[in-house]
Amino acid sequence: MSLLEVKDVTLRFGGVTAVDNVSFSVLPGEVFALVGPNGAGKSTLFNLVSRFYDPAAGDILFEGASILRNPAHAIATLGIARTFQNIELFEQATVLQNLLVGRHRHRRSNPIAEMLFTPFVRAEERRHREAVEKVIDFLDLQAWRDKRIAGLPYGVRKVVELGRALATEPKLLLLDEPASGLSVEETRDMGFWIEDIAGQMGITVLMVEHDMGLVSQVSSRVMALADGRRLALGTAREVQTDPAVIEAYIGTGHKDGAG
Amino acid sequence: MRTVFKTSYDADIDLFRHRAQATWYALLLALLLVLPFLIDAFLLGEATNVLIWAIAGMGLMLLVGQTGQASLGHAAFLAIGCYANVLLQERLGLPFLLSFPLAGLIAGLAGAALAVPTARLHGIYLAIATLAVAIMVDDIIVIAEPLTGGVSGLFAPTITIFGLEIDRYINPDRFYWLTLAVALFVVFIYRNIERSPLGRSFAAVRDSEISARAMGVNVAAAKALSFGISTAITGLAGALMGHFAGIFNNETFNIVISITLLLMIVVGGLGSIHGAFFGAIVVGFLPQAIALSRDFASQAFGMNQIAIPGLESGIFGCILIAFILFEPMGIYGRWLKIRAFLELFPFYRRDMFRRQKSYLKTERMR
Repeated sequence: MSLLEVKDVTLRFGGVTAVDNVSFSVLPGEVFALVGPNGAGKSTLFNLVSRFYDPAAGDILFEGASILRNPAHAIATLGIARTFQNIELFEQATVLQNLLVGRHRHRRSNPIAEMLFTPFVRAEERRHREAVEKVIDFLDLQAWRDKRIAGLPYGVRKVVELGRALATEPKLLLLDEPASGLSVEETRDMGFWIEDIAGQMGITVLMVEHDMGLVSQVSSRVMALADGRRLALGTAREVQTDPAVIEAYIGTGHKDGAG
Repeated sequence: MRTVFKTSYDADIDLFRHRAQATWYALLLALLLVLPFLIDAFLLGEATNVLIWAIAGMGLMLLVGQTGQASLGHAAFLAIGCYANVLLQERLGLPFLLSFPLAGLIAGLAGAALAVPTARLHGIYLAIATLAVAIMVDDIIVIAEPLTGGVSGLFAPTITIFGLEIDRYINPDRFYWLTLAVALFVVFIYRNIERSPLGRSFAAVRDSEISARAMGVNVAAAKALSFGISTAITGLAGALMGHFAGIFNNETFNIVISITLLLMIVVGGLGSIHGAFFGAIVVGFLPQAIALSRDFASQAFGMNQIAIPGLESGIFGCILIAFILFEPMGIYGRWLKIRAFLELFPFYRRDMFRRQKSYLKTERMR
């Protein structure tokens, strides 16, 4: 059974059809990549799965049940975590605090107990901290643990955001352009991490990425989108050589290779 | 500079970072406890006033500094706390020990109720909505004259706790200790909020609502909770303010009080408990400082008593402008810089506290 199933989903903004009757399903344990030119509707699909947008038509199933009844904040509780294209961290908090917010879906204490800081709350805090420290070890963030986000370099922020999503212990991880703005070395690290997240942690990954090198390295299947429509679906090699995809990227009349 | 060697996660959970810090705060607490024996009744009254303002400031700080929601209406919740406390005692005959927490609860519920319709408002719009509430409560107090006494106001009764009479004029030391106890309780609650998931959800709402939502934080509920706790604390301060003033009417909690509260926490330093106390000290002692310098000026220049109406708020306004221009992090921020300078001497750099420009935010989906 597929973990995430997007069925005939359509979304319009005014007259623009951002996502047009798109269907695909993500299998447990795989790395599924969405590629396509700017404005193809990749991030919009992410925002639909995160429930920031309501689809005009179609359905989205997670573990076999429709998620369209759930408000956006309940999506994390189901086990879907995400990162953002332009990094949305809590700027005035430390790296540790940011990662601890990721533990919010595992919160079991109520606000009154927290205000009095009962022994149960303390035990919970220790438990959350242990989970977060595992993420810190995995992503090599030890040196940045007590630093505020506001002063961190871009590459580190990118990793912290990945860490915050991992701290939620998701079943499905949505990565919106994990390698954008990263150097060659950082991109390679990101690739290894994504491989480990899927391979060792068993977390299913759905990602949007422009770096085809990274996409070919990590993804089991790739779906190409253009103008909100599905162009091709298959392995990275199949999609890259698909005539419709080449046309969408380079345009027609590419015979001389000049584009 | 002190390096803390952490050997367990508790080091990051505990209230104090290290033994020395706990010792300093214990000394400060000891000083505050014996204060009534050290200073005269007038100054003790001023100290009590500062503590009450600090409690109100912590209430607003939780909302503005922690959750990032603006409010220009907190005088309304001072009023609600104050009137609820006195009316519960006078009309229902409840003892102070019941009426006081109930007054906080009522103010808190009123604040949470306000958060429901304003959950989608941000920044200046939220400020205007809360301002409207402050004006409305002012009017309601006048209209509901049979209950509130209208413009002629109400008298606050003498507090009795287990037969112990507490009156600000007869035994100012007892009233001071009562206020101190409430202030300590609020500090304790505030610190616990800061270090628990509740405080982190507030900070998440403050810094990025969209990713707070993606992390599973119910943004509307977090805002309502923050408003509720904030206004409950402010309500407690209002109840104490009523007993401190002795007599109060709608003018006691006018719009200027709201603005003063907001300015107070900005001058003190947004986002910290210290900031609320520093701000309260400025607000509490500024009138005295002006009076003293006025006396000094009239003596030095041989003039008669100078009385300039509006001098106080004028000077306060100038101080605020100076802070926003030169020290947006407030008195507490300045103190952190001075401390870092001394600890790191001679390695302190000017840019050490400079914030890096934030990167482009994802287009907000509102």
